[in-house]
Amino acid sequence: MLAFLIKRLIQAVVVMFVISIISFSIQDNLGDPLRELVGQSVSEAERELLRDKLGLNDSFLVQYVRFAGKALQGDLGNSYFFKKPALEVILAKLPATLDLVFGATLIIVFLSIPLGVFSALKPQSIFSKLIMGLSTVGISIPVFLTAICLIYIFAIELSWAPAFGRGDTGSFLGLWDTSFLTIDGLSHLILPCITLASIMLPLFIRLIRSEMLEVLQSEYVRFAWAKGLSPSRIHYIHALKNTMLPVITVGGVQIGTMVAYTILTETVFQWPGMGFLFLEAVNRVDTPLIVAYMIVVGGIFILVNTIVDLIYGLVNPTVKLIRSK
Amino acid sequence: MSKHSTPNINGKGNNHVYTLQERFFRSHFWHSLKVDLVAQICFLVFILYVFMAIFAPLIAPFDPYDPVSIDIMNSELPPSWSEGGESDFWLGTDNQGRDLWSTILYGTRVSLMIGIGAVLLQAFIGICVGLIAGYKGGRLDSLLMRIADVQLSFSTLMVAIIVLAVFQASFGTELYQELAMVMLILVIGIAEWPQYARTVRASVLAEKEKEYVDAARVIGLSNTRIMFRHILPNTLSPILVISTVQVANAIISEAALSFLGLGMPISEPSLGSLISSGFEYIFSGAWWITMIPGAVLVILVLVMNLLGDWLRDVLNPKLYKD
Repeated sequence: MLAFLIKRLIQAVVVMFVISIISFSIQDNLGDPLRELVGQSVSEAERELLRDKLGLNDSFLVQYVRFAGKALQGDLGNSYFFKKPALEVILAKLPATLDLVFGATLIIVFLSIPLGVFSALKPQSIFSKLIMGLSTVGISIPVFLTAICLIYIFAIELSWAPAFGRGDTGSFLGLWDTSFLTIDGLSHLILPCITLASIMLPLFIRLIRSEMLEVLQSEYVRFAWAKGLSPSRIHYIHALKNTMLPVITVGGVQIGTMVAYTILTETVFQWPGMGFLFLEAVNRVDTPLIVAYMIVVGGIFILVNTIVDLIYGLVNPTVKLIRSK
Repeated sequence: MSKHSTPNINGKGNNHVYTLQERFFRSHFWHSLKVDLVAQICFLVFILYVFMAIFAPLIAPFDPYDPVSIDIMNSELPPSWSEGGESDFWLGTDNQGRDLWSTILYGTRVSLMIGIGAVLLQAFIGICVGLIAGYKGGRLDSLLMRIADVQLSFSTLMVAIIVLAVFQASFGTELYQELAMVMLILVIGIAEWPQYARTVRASVLAEKEKEYVDAARVIGLSNTRIMFRHILPNTLSPILVISTVQVANAIISEAALSFLGLGMPISEPSLGSLISSGFEYIFSGAWWITMIPGAVLVILVLVMNLLGDWLRDVLNPKLYKD
């Protein structure tokens, strides 16, 4: 277990290192920091002096080491637009994005498992066929189109839910601002969360269905039938447990995808989260903010993937945590 | 190399045209198509789309790329069947006064071109990597698959958004818009190669144990020849199955990127940028600028996904998990 953990950590460090090099070269090549700092009137000689002083004439390696050292202390430079530390700006928007991801995950978990299991247990029923048909349609609708349709139907035509913004937030134990605690916040949350969930839902329903179908054919389930266990015990305890194993792995990978889709969802709903901020930063060529976003998101990816691998190792007793050679 | 033998293949093909045709009509594939109504409809719709895309300049009543033919006074006209519509523009006009039907035809063309282009690139990289990794094995294999794993763990869309955003910021918007189509094909193409690499590698691992490969080796054929001429043809059915779905995914990715303003410019719109340009007008009731291209896009992607499902059932390749 420990060896596995260390191996994963080394891998995480390598990936983080690659991300930091990429982010650094972006920062190095994108825009001129001097232009942001001084006006037109500064002479070329003074510019050169300032360049030396800021260390912009040092070699790539020296500059990178300096960048990495600062980054490790949480200093990713100041955002050009907000005139505040970039990391602070990004992290201030993190709760809004997490609200979305959390809400969408709730919807996915509570819908995909029952629907997937049902369509595996009764593959011939009309309802199952409907689920599968709808899930194919669901995969084929791009997320921004789902969002636009939802806005058009529920916000413009029916005016049931607001079309944009985050609404009021409540404070959770004084640590965290979340939309889940106020009615207004919830009403703002509902359309974006459905949108975000709509991408993953068909995928998970199909995955759970196919895994479950496979598990139901396996030896041990037949043995359980032979032993005379009750159907519900076989289905929900024996079969479902093994169905969920691959679902966990896929789930981990999909969380990364979900972060990407928050950019789209937040753009359509003008949701004040990290993704929306990132696109604004791109339009303003706010390099430190772009870099900070990449590092934060990269970090989230790696963290989630590592945790998922560990959980998988814990849940599945047959998995060999260290690959035997 | 396979180049030497190209004329050889052609020669063979010419002598057996009739047999090939006959073989096609007697095939399991053709038979499955004949009995499946949904698949037939999907095929027809897909062919219709391809036809629309290829002949867009002939079908379209207006040229949306030509500023002379556009009159801003015609902007935001509703479809001809609803109130206030004009018979000249049967699907209405967009916010710049372009005929929506013509713009959709050209947009479908752009979307399909990017989707197919990106998938060809994915397939090329992925097949080469997969063949080499599977056939050579050993350290090279684990290194290549490690890279594929890491790349897969970052979602395509995320990578594409960041890469394109950085390019747009460093090129400047104008130059970027000129290069948009090439960039989209490159980015979507490079981001998704692991899908092919894994599928091909898994099939190669199974094929490489078979006797015909041993036989080819005993004759003394080169590794390259064995990989590309002997093993590759036997991995085609999984490649075909994932290709349909990959084209659908590439088209969706392109639409999403264009929607974010990182894809095709509005002067040369794909379906995604059309939807994006109409989004601002949806609040003022001009639903058609968004919804009609949206429906066109969804039907295209849906048809491709259904075809992919159907192909998987018919060809029934072993689609390996991991």
